[in-house]
Amino acid sequence: MFDHVSLRFGDVAAVDNVSLEIADGEFFSLLGPSGSGKTTSLRLIAGFEQPDAGEILLHGVPASGLPPYQRDVNTVFQDYALFPHMSVRDNVAYSLMIRKVPRAERRRRAEEMLDRVRLGGMADRRPAALSGGQRQRVSLARALINQPRILLLDEPLGALDLKLREQMQEELKGLQQDLGITFIYVTHDQQEALTMSDRIAVFDHGRLQQVGAPREIYDHPANAFVANFVGVSNLLDAATSHTLFGIDGATAVRPESIRIEAPARDDAVRIETVVESIVFQGQNSRLVLACDGARLSALFDHNADRETASPETGKPLAVWILREDVHRLGEGG
Amino acid sequence: MQAAHPPSTAGAWLYRHPKALLVLFLLPPLLWLGVVYLGSLFALLAQSFFSIDEFSGTINRELTLKTYRELFSAANLDVILRTVLMAATVTVAAAIIAFPIAWFAARYARGWLRALFYIGIMLPLWSSYLVRVYAWKLILAKEGILNWVLAKLHLTWLLEALLSTPVLGGASLSVSYFGTFLVFTYIWLPFMILPIQASLERIPASVLEASGDLGAHPGHTLRHVVLPLALPGVVAGSIFTFSLTLGDYIIPGIIGSSRPFIGEVVNLHQGTAGNIPMAAAFSVVPVVVMFIYLALARRAGAFNAL
Repeated sequence: MFDHVSLRFGDVAAVDNVSLEIADGEFFSLLGPSGSGKTTSLRLIAGFEQPDAGEILLHGVPASGLPPYQRDVNTVFQDYALFPHMSVRDNVAYSLMIRKVPRAERRRRAEEMLDRVRLGGMADRRPAALSGGQRQRVSLARALINQPRILLLDEPLGALDLKLREQMQEELKGLQQDLGITFIYVTHDQQEALTMSDRIAVFDHGRLQQVGAPREIYDHPANAFVANFVGVSNLLDAATSHTLFGIDGATAVRPESIRIEAPARDDAVRIETVVESIVFQGQNSRLVLACDGARLSALFDHNADRETASPETGKPLAVWILREDVHRLGEGG
Repeated sequence: MQAAHPPSTAGAWLYRHPKALLVLFLLPPLLWLGVVYLGSLFALLAQSFFSIDEFSGTINRELTLKTYRELFSAANLDVILRTVLMAATVTVAAAIIAFPIAWFAARYARGWLRALFYIGIMLPLWSSYLVRVYAWKLILAKEGILNWVLAKLHLTWLLEALLSTPVLGGASLSVSYFGTFLVFTYIWLPFMILPIQASLERIPASVLEASGDLGAHPGHTLRHVVLPLALPGVVAGSIFTFSLTLGDYIIPGIIGSSRPFIGEVVNLHQGTAGNIPMAAAFSVVPVVVMFIYLALARRAGAFNAL
């Protein structure tokens, strides 16, 4: 869908030569820190921005020059962008009113849609009288009533608290599977992206860093940026990688891949370390281990690892890393 | 151990009695508003129920509706109708001119352009109102700059066609209703631009994008989203332009035909004729008209977006 798309704002390349294809019916996430180009990419698809170079194809048709109101995509905005002067029903039925759908049918379909997002009975309220989560649902219902082939979601859960966010994640995923339409989902929350997506595109500084399924991105990060942005990673430079694993080039190791207990395999690398600090985090404690000039972050599971060792600050500790858990990193990031 | 009693200063007492503090702060302005401002208004209202003795010219302090009966004479109704029509036309014109300017200022102007806009709007308000009205008198006069420019452009025929309109026209713009209208619109324009701009500024960009995203082309967005959300600002602005035009007696006195407006009539009754009751009754008219206007605006849903 994106063919070498670029967009500059002044000196800053907001989106820099991005090419990617999103399949029909996919839950596709654009993941990255703020200013990474993910929201701009979404706005390019919606038609709020026009690319300086490259072409965006919607279902094979070039979309450049098409204003938002002529595109078969709808957007759920980060701030919901509900019309404050209209009732919830009129908000949801807005696109039907624009398309001159008869009043009775408008009403019926809006109420159907509201039931679907579990807001039945709220139709006569004003957006101001709703909670954040409810406004979110209205915004969703309003975007979906047109039955678009692609739904764009711009950090839709950003303003909700953790509990509600997790509940909405499930609902959104369920809704997407139900409707079978493409969801393009912008988020800076890697956990959210990993949980919900079929595939993820990781952005940084306007550039695409990696595209892949959640598992693939987590287990085989393409570069140091992805390794550190998606989950936490120990990044090891070429020299350390060489001494520890005999690998030429930088590598990444997940904290949870550092084993306190000796594994029942002989291809594991044993590393002698000294415990620098221990931070209690509930189920786990986070350990910072020093070895050969490098620092490793590891997890100590209070239930599983209790029998074998009890790390103490300043004391030596032996750890093991399986070779398959060491990931070579590419350039960039 | 610290002392159990907090220090008994006045500040601490007020801190523990926030309502007392509020009353203390509000009392002087409330007294001003209540006694001086509203009090004089009610005194005025009361005056209008007195009458004047036609022979002696003294005020008869007996409550009567005689003054109001006179107010509704044909000649006076003429004055009222003329003023209300002028105020309405000026308000509509000001709103039409102000809206695009306010839109530009609220949505596009940034940095120095924005500063320039504010100065441009406010600058006329910093110079004397009388000076500006007299300047317009010169601009619109038969030998004035406007006529000169039109003559150079060979458009004098257009102005003459306009001025030959019955009632509204006249010998020149400066002695016609057109002139009065032009100057009123010019003078009150800032009072219309600023509230509209404030209301447009409060519309988040995402709401306009959402409208487009849902299939509305810009015309639809203007009609269904921008105008309803800007309406409180338009009404606020029109309260200014409408009421200021209703009460003004200087502009129609200097520019326009000699047919009088409410303000001029009040001035006449109050100053020259000494007919205070009639002046008071005339002054009540704009107040009543404004109440009717606000009631209609409310009914039309102008304040729903507040």
